[in-house]
Amino acid sequence: MSSITLTIDGQVVRVPAGTTLLQAAERLGIQIPRLCYHPHMTPPTVCRLCVVEWEGARTLVPACVAQVREGAVIHTASERVQRARRTILELLHSAVDLSETPDVARYDAELGVDPQRFVDGVWREAPFYDDNPFYVREYEKCILCWRCVQACGDDMQFTYALTLGGRGFHTRITTFFDAPMPETTCVFCGNCVGVCPTGALKGMDEYLLERGVPMALLREEKQRRKGRLETGR
Amino acid sequence: MLEPVTYPLDDILARWQPYGRAGLLPCLIDVQERLGWLPPDACVAVGEALHVPLADVYGVVEFYALLYPTPTGEMVLRVCDDVACFARGSADIVATCSRLLGIQPGETTPDRRFTLEVHPCLGQCDRAPAALRGLVPVGNVAASAVETVLLNGEVAPLPQVVGDERSILLRRVGRCAPHDLAAYEADGGFEALQRALQIGAGAVIAEVKASGLFGRGGAAFPTGVKWESAAHQSDRTRYVVCNADESEPGTFKDRVLMEGDPFAIIEGLTIAGYAIGAQKGFIYVRGEYALAFERLQMAITKAREAGYLGEDILGSGFAFDIEVRRGAGAYICGEETALFESIEGKRGMPRQKPPFPTEKGLFGKPTVINNVETLANVPHIVRHGAAWFRRIGSEDAPGPKLFCVSGNVAHPGVYEAPMTTTLRALLEMAGGVADGRAVQAILLGGAAGTFVPLDALDTPLTPSALRSMGATLGSGAVMVFDERVPMLDVLARIGRFFAHESCGKCYPCQLGTQRQWEMVQRWHAAGRVLAEDMPRFGDLAATMRDASICGLGQTASAAIESWIRLYT
Ligand SMILES: Cc1cc2nc3c(=O)[nH]c(=O)nc-3n(C[C@H](O)[C@H](O)[C@H](O)COP(=O)(O)O)c2cc1C
Ligand code: SF4
Ligand code: SF4
Ligand code: FES
Repeated sequence: MSSITLTIDGQVVRVPAGTTLLQAAERLGIQIPRLCYHPHMTPPTVCRLCVVEWEGARTLVPACVAQVREGAVIHTASERVQRARRTILELLHSAVDLSETPDVARYDAELGVDPQRFVDGVWREAPFYDDNPFYVREYEKCILCWRCVQACGDDMQFTYALTLGGRGFHTRITTFFDAPMPETTCVFCGNCVGVCPTGALKGMDEYLLERGVPMALLREEKQRRKGRLETGR
Repeated sequence: MLEPVTYPLDDILARWQPYGRAGLLPCLIDVQERLGWLPPDACVAVGEALHVPLADVYGVVEFYALLYPTPTGEMVLRVCDDVACFARGSADIVATCSRLLGIQPGETTPDRRFTLEVHPCLGQCDRAPAALRGLVPVGNVAASAVETVLLNGEVAPLPQVVGDERSILLRRVGRCAPHDLAAYEADGGFEALQRALQIGAGAVIAEVKASGLFGRGGAAFPTGVKWESAAHQSDRTRYVVCNADESEPGTFKDRVLMEGDPFAIIEGLTIAGYAIGAQKGFIYVRGEYALAFERLQMAITKAREAGYLGEDILGSGFAFDIEVRRGAGAYICGEETALFESIEGKRGMPRQKPPFPTEKGLFGKPTVINNVETLANVPHIVRHGAAWFRRIGSEDAPGPKLFCVSGNVAHPGVYEAPMTTTLRALLEMAGGVADGRAVQAILLGGAAGTFVPLDALDTPLTPSALRSMGATLGSGAVMVFDERVPMLDVLARIGRFFAHESCGKCYPCQLGTQRQWEMVQRWHAAGRVLAEDMPRFGDLAATMRDASICGLGQTASAAIESWIRLYT
């Protein structure tokens, strides 16, 4: 395979063709912030936290998918890059509950994020669903990273119970006509819960324990919830 | 559980079933035309017939503004409330509708006869204020006539754009009957296709390259270069697509061409298909353009009957056909990759580029996508040659251009001129500012464009001249606002437009367009641009421009930023 030489933050690096900027930077020990990227899933390229400056390009480019090119000169932490990352996080803080999203606190500190900057805007109200015995869905914590939809669909399970709904600011994760999970094609494989990075999808055990249900009563509580569901009460 | 479907949908399902997922949007549109909305059981039937997961069917229904997962009233009144109509009094029309019907926009009357909606730009700015009754256009609505025209449907004939003999793109518009193939042929129609088939694909591409034609859809990319790139791909399955989604506020030229000269677009697209070795073409028309859709379909049928489309075009052995698709209320579907997703039966969300359409476009195949007006130029170039084309305009901006002049001018309409023309000349063509008032502001290029300084009225509208003042021609929209128009309200409407039309895929635009809209609404309420908002507005605008996936987010702040630069 041919190899490619480029410059990242002043350091010259040689990598195989087809390497992404994210991977190339990692070889140099440079960590690029990211939220939606997951190494085993199709990169949705939605969060744009990984954007970097490519000299000569009109806009910033997402490092998670942009591939290296001979002679490229990349800046992963220029003021222009940091401004975009900082503002994206400030926007997110104003619409979504990020309390359980990993790395956000660290990014906030590194970039000097002001979580209050846009809070006079409307909050993205989103429902809480406790409609099945296996997991809950707390969508105010959802960052719309698409992972659950991808895991339920082409990337893992081929079950297609989940979809994006709405548009723009009001985009959300939902099901066919917002049906409760047991009425969808969901097989409760748990893949979506496994890949959700934010606590928006949470296994029932974890959820109940967090709510103070004692370990010893977990089984009973779940049995009770299951019964409630099946009898439709 | 859901009951089995009890409506007669079998014919619709049977028609679209062979298309699989690519039949989803037209199938949903047809079902909705029959039922008035898209009930869950009908969506189940569609999903099962086309083998589309039900969740995905619903995701698509929710994406498109003209698809309804809940019942509407019998008549949906779509009143344009966007900038060009606003400059001509649309706020009064909306308020009068509201009062007469006793409902707010977005609501349905208790007797279920009417649903009232305010709609983003309908592409009828030459007849502003405009509205659609269902999909039937109504123009020049007076507040006093809302009851007779909008509610009772006593619709008067609409004023039409009429070209003249000296024009090139408009010469047949309003002068030849749009369904008259013989008249098109008598005016030299389909001669270019014959010539193309004689000189061969390579020579066609060379001619188009030499002509210097660049895209008229907004991005101004050289057309010949695009064709050449697609023609060089190793994959032999290729597509050409005509982008007729025309939804940029203040833009209506493509509608005028499609309604007035549909054969020219078919000829242009067929030549493009021949040049790059495509087997099939699509024309994607915005859902609000019912008449254009109808006329294109009619023209395609006639062209096919006459041997200009089909298995063996004019005995050349070239096989090519065209399918017209309708959009369903989404500005973003004019973005080329979102348009592909839409034809493929998905939510119209743009793809990260690269790969570019010429490498992996529609159905993952090499694709050339061109704007309606771009394609309308092609037959002239092939027929008369690149040198003839270059005699019009300038070295860096050859060929004729259509300008959509709207807002407070005496005669809003489509005007043809070389790009060496100026705003002053266009204003004159449109009869000047209405009622002798003074110009307050001019927005060039639509909502995604920029306000231009009023001392630049004599700047030529060529890309290089405009670039030097930080503007672009965009789609060719020129919106004129006179001294009475409350400009902060205009800015608020631009903000609303982008918030409404953001697809929601990438964070900068999904969140940023909402926050921007809220900010301009506050300025509008305060009666001034709030200085304390400037630092965060600057960061927001820069972030959308720099980090968004597509041109929507990248330009969502351009007009507002330019206004602040010029007027505060
Ligand atoms: C948000 C958005 C909307 C667009 N809408 C249209 C449109 O309605 N019609 C169009 O021709 N191009 C539109 N474009 C530009 C297309 O992406 C593409 O550049 C164009 O169709 C290419 O054709 P051309 O080279 O002939 O101009 C839009 C772009 C963006 C980002
Ligand atoms: S629910 Fe979780 S996995 Fe799904 S989009 Fe939201 S944050 Fe991502
Ligand atoms: S910029 Fe806006 S419209 Fe374009 S992909 Fe991002 S969210 Fe969608
Ligand atoms: S990590 Fe690259 S866009 Fe999200």
